[in-house]
Amino acid sequence: MGKVTVISGNEACVEGALAAGVRFFAGYPITPSTPIAEGMSRRLPPIGGKFIQMEDEIASMNCIIGASLAGLKVLGATSGPGFSLKEESFGVAMLMEVPCTVIDVMRVGPSTGMATMPAQGDIMAARWGTHGDHPVIALAPSSVRECFELTVKAVNLAERFRTLVFVLTDAILASLLERVEIPDSVETVNRPRPTVPPAQYKPYQITPDGVPPMADFGAGYHWYASSNMHDERGFLATDQHAVAWTLAQRLRDKILKHKDEVTFYSTEWMDDAEVVVYAFGSTARSARAAVKMARAKGIKAGFVKTQTIWPFPEELVSKIAEKARTIVVPEMNMGQMVEKVREVVCGRAKVVSVARVDGILIPPAEILEAIK
Amino acid sequence: MAKVAIKKTSEIRAEYYRPNSFPTIWCPGCGIGNVVASMVRAIDTVGLKHDDTVVVTGIGCSGIIYNYLNFDAYHGIHGRAIPVAVGLKLANPRLNVIVPMGDGDSSAIGGNHLIHAARRNIDITAIVVNNSTYGNTGGQFSPLTPTGSITTTSPFGNIENSFDLCELAKGAGATYVARGATYYSRQMIDLIANGIRHKGFSLIEVISQCPVQYGRRNKLPTAVDLLKWQKENTVSVTRAKTMSPEELKGKFIIGELVNIEAPDQEYTARYERLIEKARSGGKS
Ligand code: SF4
Repeated sequence: MGKVTVISGNEACVEGALAAGVRFFAGYPITPSTPIAEGMSRRLPPIGGKFIQMEDEIASMNCIIGASLAGLKVLGATSGPGFSLKEESFGVAMLMEVPCTVIDVMRVGPSTGMATMPAQGDIMAARWGTHGDHPVIALAPSSVRECFELTVKAVNLAERFRTLVFVLTDAILASLLERVEIPDSVETVNRPRPTVPPAQYKPYQITPDGVPPMADFGAGYHWYASSNMHDERGFLATDQHAVAWTLAQRLRDKILKHKDEVTFYSTEWMDDAEVVVYAFGSTARSARAAVKMARAKGIKAGFVKTQTIWPFPEELVSKIAEKARTIVVPEMNMGQMVEKVREVVCGRAKVVSVARVDGILIPPAEILEAIK
Repeated sequence: MAKVAIKKTSEIRAEYYRPNSFPTIWCPGCGIGNVVASMVRAIDTVGLKHDDTVVVTGIGCSGIIYNYLNFDAYHGIHGRAIPVAVGLKLANPRLNVIVPMGDGDSSAIGGNHLIHAARRNIDITAIVVNNSTYGNTGGQFSPLTPTGSITTTSPFGNIENSFDLCELAKGAGATYVARGATYYSRQMIDLIANGIRHKGFSLIEVISQCPVQYGRRNKLPTAVDLLKWQKENTVSVTRAKTMSPEELKGKFIIGELVNIEAPDQEYTARYERLIEKARSGGKS
């Protein structure tokens, strides 16, 4: 039996992170993600964990990278402007393969935008924000319960794949209060650690799984964590084309070859659906209501809620396109996700975008219009 | 103190340097190799446990220092070595965290992190190799480049004032601040060793020579010229006390500038007390 409680999405992220084993948080105040930092500052010390408020967003990201290298499970949280500031450092976690989880509470951008208003405008920033090619896992909850569950999943996936994982929430979920059951314990994953003696250890070994074991700094393995292109031992490979190419492909494949482990979605009313609404995050709440209204009117509407934003669930969208006549994509941005849907659908169905950036949750009626 | 036999260079190499990593990438006459040798001697002198010692570097000619040593090491992006070091130290206070950086890395792009690490008084040892320039990118002026210097981005002479990084660290709250120079190798080992021993934030600025990208543009084309320049432009802490501000203008004071012993005021020590307080329900 867990504990039933009424909490906000931000608080649920804190609870999820702690349940997953996060024991280090570094952050900088920014609306609307600040309550996550506040929660961590209150919850971590009593259990021996560490919270530190850094001098800026960039420092915060680099600080959790350092703590993760020391062997702790780590979390960062921010919102749009902070996300932009952290972007270079995201690439470090990805290329250096340092497990980190970062929650982005999306608000209206660009720039300062509308600090307290919800948006879903960081979809593409999450995918391509840091320069160069890189893998990415990004999950988006649509309820307080999912804030908890997906934060747990994100921390687990970061450890499982030795990478950076994003949780994209938004300013609605941040302060939305819902009843959730916090389980007494959750399934947790620890990063693979080396089993060989230090002399044989390769921190970037090409394993069948694609994920090399990671030794904690201070554990006697004496390895290099490198943000340059590197070989299996972590040594500089900045002039070795074949080594760089092998590394880039391994980083991509370690995620893409395990897509089933990182793809989460749910479907409703899909058996005979002719019009399918494909939604994520807070918008999925309106979308589901709209589909229900459509069904009441006798329209054969279906609902797909994806929790996995990246890697893009291509197989899922492709399957929808085979049967549906129309796919409606509502999102609080000017049409970011819909581009990807169009690309995968490739003319097999009509793709309709319902997009707005004014800090207002798209009302069900607007989505219903598009369904009709 | 018991007298310990000085280890031979070959012994030091076998113990701390990565096999087959030589020759280094540094230009002939560069001072960085000298700083590394002093740093390793200092680590050995203090007797740090090898497994517990980590080296964190940023970008630039000094960023490659880790590459010749066999410690756990982080080589990351420009300017961010210090926050990574803070994360490592706070996550595992047992670690000895040593952070060699260049002048650009530590005082320009990473300047904010330096002052805040000093303010927190977290027990990491920052070693700034001050070669007056961004050597790796071809010799641009940095915040530590002397005014008037010719660099690739100040072809008509640098009109900016330079930082006194030691004064900056002192003002920010560093509890150990020292300045050395590659000309005074023996002293440099002692300064770094004392910085490592010190419980709290330590900054050791080492004036180093970059003949290739800095010296040759400033009528100091060889390492010998630059070392002579160091000799002429540095004064010891003791001598500085006898000199007027006028006489000290343009001179670098070398030696131990700050050494405040207050181990219980160190950040991770404070954090341990915070945890105890939080565990007892917030009551101290
Ligand atoms: S450019 Fe200057 S600092 Fe860099 S390796 Fe050459 S001499 Fe040394």
